Amino acid sequence: MDFLIINEGFPILSTLVFLPLIGAFVLMFLPGENLQRIWAMLITVATALFSIPLYTRFDMTTAKYQFGEHVSWIPSLNINYTLGIDGISLLLVLLTAFIMPLCVLGSWTYIEKRVKEFMICLLIMETAMLGVFMALDFALFYILWEAMLIPMYLLIAIWGGARKIYASIKFFLYTLAGSVMMLVAIIALYLTNDGSFSIPMMMGQDYPLTFQIWVFLAFFLAFAIKVPMFPFHTWLPAAHVEAPTAGSVVLASILLKMGTYGFLRFCLPITPLATLTLAPIVLWMSIAAIIYGGFTALAQSDMKKLIAYSSVGHMGFVTLGIFFLNQQGLEGAILQMINHGITTGALFLCVGMMYERTHSREIADHSGIAQNVPIFVTFLTIFSLSSLAFPATNSFVGEFLVLAGAFSENKIIAGAAIPGAILAAAYMFRLLQYVLFKGPGRPGLKDLNVREIVTLAPLVFFVFWIGLAPEPFLEVMHTSVDYLLGQVDMAKAGAHIAMAP
Amino acid sequence: MLFIPELSLLIGSLILFGVSLGEGKEKWAHIVVLTLSVVTSLLCLATLGQKGTLFFEAYQIDLFSQLFKLAIAVGMMVVVIIGSQLKGVSVKVKPEYYLFMVLSTLGLMMLVSCVELLSLFVALELSSYALYLMVPMRDDQGGLKIQMEAAIKYVLFGVVATGTMLYGMSYIYGLTGTTYMSGIVPKMHDLAGNPTAMLAIALFMSGFFYKLAVFPFHFWVPDVYQGASNATTAFIASVPKLGAAAILIRITTLVAPDAGESVVMLLMVCAVCSMFYGNLSALVQTDVKRLLGFSGISHAGFVLLGLVTLDTVGFATSMYYISGYLFMNLACFLVICKVSRNGENVSVDDLSGLYSRAPLLALTLLVGMMALAGIPPFVGFMGKFMLLTGALKAGHLTLVILAALNTAIAIYYYLSVVRVAFTKAPEGRPDVPVDALTRVVSIALIVIIIVMGVVPKPILALATSAVKSIL
Repeated sequence: MDFLIINEGFPILSTLVFLPLIGAFVLMFLPGENLQRIWAMLITVATALFSIPLYTRFDMTTAKYQFGEHVSWIPSLNINYTLGIDGISLLLVLLTAFIMPLCVLGSWTYIEKRVKEFMICLLIMETAMLGVFMALDFALFYILWEAMLIPMYLLIAIWGGARKIYASIKFFLYTLAGSVMMLVAIIALYLTNDGSFSIPMMMGQDYPLTFQIWVFLAFFLAFAIKVPMFPFHTWLPAAHVEAPTAGSVVLASILLKMGTYGFLRFCLPITPLATLTLAPIVLWMSIAAIIYGGFTALAQSDMKKLIAYSSVGHMGFVTLGIFFLNQQGLEGAILQMINHGITTGALFLCVGMMYERTHSREIADHSGIAQNVPIFVTFLTIFSLSSLAFPATNSFVGEFLVLAGAFSENKIIAGAAIPGAILAAAYMFRLLQYVLFKGPGRPGLKDLNVREIVTLAPLVFFVFWIGLAPEPFLEVMHTSVDYLLGQVDMAKAGAHIAMAP
Repeated sequence: MLFIPELSLLIGSLILFGVSLGEGKEKWAHIVVLTLSVVTSLLCLATLGQKGTLFFEAYQIDLFSQLFKLAIAVGMMVVVIIGSQLKGVSVKVKPEYYLFMVLSTLGLMMLVSCVELLSLFVALELSSYALYLMVPMRDDQGGLKIQMEAAIKYVLFGVVATGTMLYGMSYIYGLTGTTYMSGIVPKMHDLAGNPTAMLAIALFMSGFFYKLAVFPFHFWVPDVYQGASNATTAFIASVPKLGAAAILIRITTLVAPDAGESVVMLLMVCAVCSMFYGNLSALVQTDVKRLLGFSGISHAGFVLLGLVTLDTVGFATSMYYISGYLFMNLACFLVICKVSRNGENVSVDDLSGLYSRAPLLALTLLVGMMALAGIPPFVGFMGKFMLLTGALKAGHLTLVILAALNTAIAIYYYLSVVRVAFTKAPEGRPDVPVDALTRVVSIALIVIIIVMGVVPKPILALATSAVKSIL
């Protein structure tokens, strides 16, 4: 247990995981839609507040898992309830905890029917998502990973748009089919580790290369579908477009990150040799995703679809940063995960707010509305600029780090990613150009109200904070990323020794 | 004291026989059978820790048998509650229907305690013959007499399977010279690898493969599920499977822990074929009962996964899985029984808009179907997870990969049922009234399915010590 710093005293991680679940349970018995909304808001805000000590009390000097909790769960299979976070998961936990209140706030009037059930689904999602980022036991991780399927399915299937049936089924089937082989890989790892599901214990073992490759492929399928990487992305536009605003935000801001988090947490440290062997292929797949996402986004007339395809491209940058396996790339990738969560979540919220007013997501229906809704357009412009990585916004820092990491390793692949950055500018400016200048506008369109401004303002704050002073966000991950790279290098060195005659 | 749960069923069946003699007593019959099932469940609970033998040591009471008896009694209780009005069964035969249900349950309870081949056979036939009679007890639906067709198929396949089983028993007697399990076990170990002994075991198993609906003894399943009334199907689909699984575990212990290579191979082939056959056929079904029938075949394959490991943990996992299956299955059948207004079959489309017509039933359906599909945190996931872990530990990688693939296939049809209930418009279908007792049972089933999945520790510990008691 030397990898885990057990948290004596108040079990802060368990509180974060179970507070939303308890909130959901209480919500079942609450009458009145407004009370239900307020209760969900209270619970998510409380969770967000409880997560702040994670940052303030985080020890940046160690790569061990902190705030650890360890309880035996199913002794006959040696399954434990083990939670802990390190520099890689800390920011993702915070992101999840802070996005959720905004989801509730963004759905305040958007969701008109079955408010109670909607909020219950959101709260159960929050429990599962926070748990996934904290779990250090593979069985626990898998249970939480799969447990997300049902509430997410319901969010799309009940409160979704016109093609919700198709989109929700596709989401469910893709995700589940991707993860069944991961289950077999988990069990195989469990057996080779003398019956232990502990994730840190699985790292740094010298498994044979063939075994590593099989495990890597099983993991890769599950995570690549979740990211989603080209060509596994086809569920994403459907799910994003049909989901209600909060569903899209949860999908884009948090669920997609679980794929890249999986690469960082499992593929790199558990199967480092397979990662090194297969990294070139993954890198080219990332390039394909960046270019493909960019071009497809350019061709969309539906705002949600445009943002959905832009996600494919942005997540391509993240995987690009991860699989170059250097400090800058990895840190850029993690930061980019957070940035994408903030920016894309905000863009989906913006589109949802307009959809409430115009019941359309077509760009053409919103041409020239800048003259009618100046506050809205200001927000939209800020987030669009952030999305295309404009200097002084958050994505600029992340993308810059990723590209810097890429250029130091392989100039050809790095160069191939550049058109992606240009395409991002093209499709975002195209959107802005329509919304700002073209067309007659829509007289009578109401501008954002206070609730909506409150929803978006925190995100603007983070856009500029990370954009201008990213150090507080980067410094927490230095040690963990160092340690992660050390694990990969050690495997590389070990392999060289083994290969030497 | 040892025999008291069976005794209460026996007395209950006599009372029911008396009730069935009069006219217009179906209300009474229902009250009697409901009280009886509750009392029997409590008695099973009370005798849980008991140990002993009866009837010249042909009848063994141990933790293993008592746990299964408890599950059987609870299963019967739930079936009685969810099929309360016995829609689709003629008023005239309702008391008789209950009588046969009680007798079948009695047979199953005796079955799990029998450790002697002839008494085992008698108990099996007692439970089977009562079931053969329950299947045709249904109002004619559309003049097609599908209930008769179902009954004939059930009887014919049943008799063939029983004959095969008796043939296997005769071999076992010929090889070992005894009909007592305790005498058979050591002799079987001496005969390890003897082809005749393996053949005998295989033939012996086939009788229970039939009950559990394992490929290639599954042919009766779709038509019987469809032809029998909803309550009958709920009973056939869940309760006898417990008895079959119990005896299969007992038979497998005859060859465990060594020298069962050909038996393991046989179980593996049956398991894989059941899973693929069940899941692929279920994909195209439109009748919910038929769909659950095929899903039952695939689940029978999963139960066999625990047997191929030939160790205590594997057997205990199978016990855990089949008891979880009882509750998941009953949750789905509860919805079918309630949605069906006059006892007719329920097609997938009949569930349209269930979410707005009866929210609790929709939730029960969601939990039941997703548990069957193996999604956490429900019991179906935990069971599958442990079965796969056990099978991989025993070195059956291919089997585990094929089983995992099957989970992915299966999700589609479970999901398409859920999808209809949650996303389709009701299209004029009326609301489904749900009485208070059904509400209680629904919530209880949901809670059991979740709790068994999240906290499997106590049940597994119980099952493990139960399996140890028969080894």
